[in-house]
Amino acid sequence: MASESAAVLGSNNEEQKMREMKARAGRAIGVDNFMTGVFYVVAGFFLALLIALASYIIIKGFAGAKPYMFAFDSQGIGNQFWNTIYLVFLSLLISVPIGVMAGIYMALYAKKGRVATILRIAIETLSSLPSIVVGLFGYLVFIVMTGNSWNLFAGALAVSILSLPLIATTTEDAINMLPDSYTKGAFGMGATKRQVITTVLLPAATPHIITGVILAAGRGFGEAAALLYTAGMSTDLNWHMVSAATNPFNPFRPGETLALNIWALRTEALRADAAEMANLSSAILMILVLGFSLLAHTIERHMKKKSGV
Amino acid sequence: MKAKENSWNFFVRLCGGIVIALPIVIGIFLIIRGNMTFTKYHHSIIEFLFSSNWAPADDMTGGGHVGSAVYIVGSLITCGLALLISVPFSMAAAIFMTEIAPKGGNKVLRPAVELFVGIPSVVYGWMGMTILVPFIKKIFNINQGYGVLSASLVLAIMIFPSITTVAADAIRSVPDSARKGAYGMGATRWQVIYQVVVPAAKTGIMSGVVLGLARAFGEALAVAMVIGKTRSFPKGILSPTTNLTSAIASDMGGVMEGGEYNAALWSMALLLFLISLLFIFIIHRMAGSAERKEKKLEKMAEQAAKAEAAANGGN
Repeated sequence: MASESAAVLGSNNEEQKMREMKARAGRAIGVDNFMTGVFYVVAGFFLALLIALASYIIIKGFAGAKPYMFAFDSQGIGNQFWNTIYLVFLSLLISVPIGVMAGIYMALYAKKGRVATILRIAIETLSSLPSIVVGLFGYLVFIVMTGNSWNLFAGALAVSILSLPLIATTTEDAINMLPDSYTKGAFGMGATKRQVITTVLLPAATPHIITGVILAAGRGFGEAAALLYTAGMSTDLNWHMVSAATNPFNPFRPGETLALNIWALRTEALRADAAEMANLSSAILMILVLGFSLLAHTIERHMKKKSGV
Repeated sequence: MKAKENSWNFFVRLCGGIVIALPIVIGIFLIIRGNMTFTKYHHSIIEFLFSSNWAPADDMTGGGHVGSAVYIVGSLITCGLALLISVPFSMAAAIFMTEIAPKGGNKVLRPAVELFVGIPSVVYGWMGMTILVPFIKKIFNINQGYGVLSASLVLAIMIFPSITTVAADAIRSVPDSARKGAYGMGATRWQVIYQVVVPAAKTGIMSGVVLGLARAFGEALAVAMVIGKTRSFPKGILSPTTNLTSAIASDMGGVMEGGEYNAALWSMALLLFLISLLFIFIIHRMAGSAERKEKKLEKMAEQAAKAEAAANGGN
């Protein structure tokens, strides 16, 4: 009898334990389901926010636009659009050769040791510099010290300081990602280091480097703080006379970009249509930036498919 | 042939040298110009950092006041609040795309987050001005919506993608064996995330947070557009104030080159530069300590394996 009741008690205890454990497991599963729901909501919220923001900016910009706003004169933002493209083009002309070469140096010349450490710190410092600080530096060195007034070229130099670390690190990554056999094979055929780099490694790394350059260009389009005191906040282009100082291709003239135009319209809104102009500028900037990053993504995906990674 | 090699090598080294020289040159210029407040115009660093009396003279004789406490506090508060808002969302998004739905996350959310990074800061500022500021004015029923809250929200949206991408990379690099071990013990997915994956990726996540903070500190125009630019300490999160970057962005163009006002603004830029260096230093320290810990664990595992082998050999 006694042993029987003990057994019943034991099974009761066991049952209770089981029940408790089941309840705990149930709670854990409940929390798990709840948190999964939270994650889906947050992810969905951000997707919705991005889509809403992008479409709102683009639709609002074009809905309020009048034909004269697209003109390439003082009434429209055509000149600013041109300046934006031209400034980024000039800045890439400077930052791509230097950045790619520096990337090669990092990947193949200074792999380890003190120089490599210093380079890494330098790149990190450059990439974390506030753009307004770069703008001030550019203002002092390219404007005050050279005795020039605001000009597009000074702006391009400031933007290239900002895009240099991105281009250098993507080049370094692109070269490091290549299989060792490329280098060994080329060296085995008696090629010099320069020949290995220029004829084997660089061509193989080019698609990856191009994605980095496109991303840098996308950032350049939207840069404003670094240009405040370098490229200047005015533009006056003469599209009919190539010999004029204000001809669009002269880099040594003030060149307000789209991003600066938004800033200027907000602070010194002298015209009645300032809000519509800023909306349109934002819309065009968004299309430029999103277009360039989509392009970079497409190239990257294409490359991944090709290499089968 | 030889000459070609030599000039190639020279050119490669030159470009590497430019990258090393650039931050040094920028630093030197900032120190020279930023120090003028303290050397030429004889202000103390204590006054610059802790006084709120800001009235620098816009000429070469000086004699004004350069207390920048309001600007510094404005920067600190907006960035801190932005971080508080942004970090939970960034963590959720990072966990979603690595642990919950890696396929959809990688295909849809990750590219979307990377697109966020590209949106120019002036566009954020402009949107903040035209959507967020009127909205805040309306729901809180106040005179104007410019202020700390608007600035923090704009900054939070701006730094969200930076933190998310770095945190997601850190979580992705946690070895699968850690997850499998926990699942094998019957843990639910949330338990695995909360108790295994996130602690393992802590250092990487923290670097992302510091990176986001650095970005927020250096942001100029977007904040300047919505912070209200009022030179007084904020009384609450709805009151307008100002910060370091907006002061530089809006005042630099109008002051006399080399004057006291100009020098004080350069000191602010120097302060921003030093803060960004500090952030890099913190990230390195964290990465360094994580590496040391990893090495120690590896060593312990090695020793354990050796001991086991010895014991087995004994048997």
